[in-house]
Amino acid sequence: MKVALAINLITAGLLLLSFFKSSRKTLIALKMSLQKGANLMPWMIGIIVLIGMMLSFVPEQTVERYLGGEMTLIQVGGAALLGTITMIPSLIAVPLAGSLIEAGASYTTIAAFLTTLIMVGFVTLPLEIKELGIKITFWRNLLAFIFAIIIAGMIGVLM
Amino acid sequence: MTVRDFIRLFKKMIFVIIATAVLMFILGYFFPDEQAMSLAIMKEYSLEVILVFPAVLVLMGLVDIWMPREMVRRHFGDTAGFRGLLLSVFLGTLPAGPLFIAFPIAGKMLRKGARVANVVAFMGAWASLKMSEIGMEIYFLGVKFAFLRVVLTLIAVLGIALITEKMLTVAGKELTKESI
Repeated sequence: MKVALAINLITAGLLLLSFFKSSRKTLIALKMSLQKGANLMPWMIGIIVLIGMMLSFVPEQTVERYLGGEMTLIQVGGAALLGTITMIPSLIAVPLAGSLIEAGASYTTIAAFLTTLIMVGFVTLPLEIKELGIKITFWRNLLAFIFAIIIAGMIGVLM
Repeated sequence: MTVRDFIRLFKKMIFVIIATAVLMFILGYFFPDEQAMSLAIMKEYSLEVILVFPAVLVLMGLVDIWMPREMVRRHFGDTAGFRGLLLSVFLGTLPAGPLFIAFPIAGKMLRKGARVANVVAFMGAWASLKMSEIGMEIYFLGVKFAFLRVVLTLIAVLGIALITEKMLTVAGKELTKESI
């Protein structure tokens, strides 16, 4: 909330400044913002609906069943995959990870899950491709997945 | 925006809204519990997007008008070097909502002449190195885990950025707008 307020206040301040410098340019800028916003709106709605549906079908119990208990290589890979396809806000994911650790899950598994969760976006792929092109999107997500596994392995060794 | 664009957009919006309504109806019929949870999550995310996204859009418009291409290129372009990379990571760590809000910003940077590595580093930092989230991680997962994850992730973000750029410029081809 505080963050949103700060962003809006800063924007309002800059908008005012811009308006004093040149009202004509500011209006052009606002028109561009409006156009961009209108273009992105259907995408935003789609992503939000997908996230909502996905999260309701991958409840905490499912995550706990797959990520808790003894660590195996398959489990770490599964955790990375689960993190890739799901999209859980960190506000929920981090406390969940904490409770999983307490319940006996390994740090490696949790690191694989958390890292792919935040760095690889499956649901948002279409929007990423639209804005940045297929090549950047492909390599960014693939490399993020690989690095997430490496990070998980190193955390397992160093913890 | 021409009238035709507007009509096309309007049709798209209608389609998305109807599709959402139908999905929610089906979900509610077969899985009422899941539907309630979906709606709660959607509400939460919508609120976040509504509160932050308009401001981000206006900021992008202002940057577009006032920040010349030359300036973006100087700070984020090919010649900005390691300083440009660090600046991109720093910008990414500023708190501002979910990753999909960063995509349009990253796209704008790219089109204004920023280097691919810097744009990818910005997105990586935005996703994984947010101050507020690191605080939460320390609280729930311990300082050692959080420290290790942040340090390793920072290295990974830089690695992903540089390798992605390398992959795009492979075979000595000049990077053009079309090849992106």
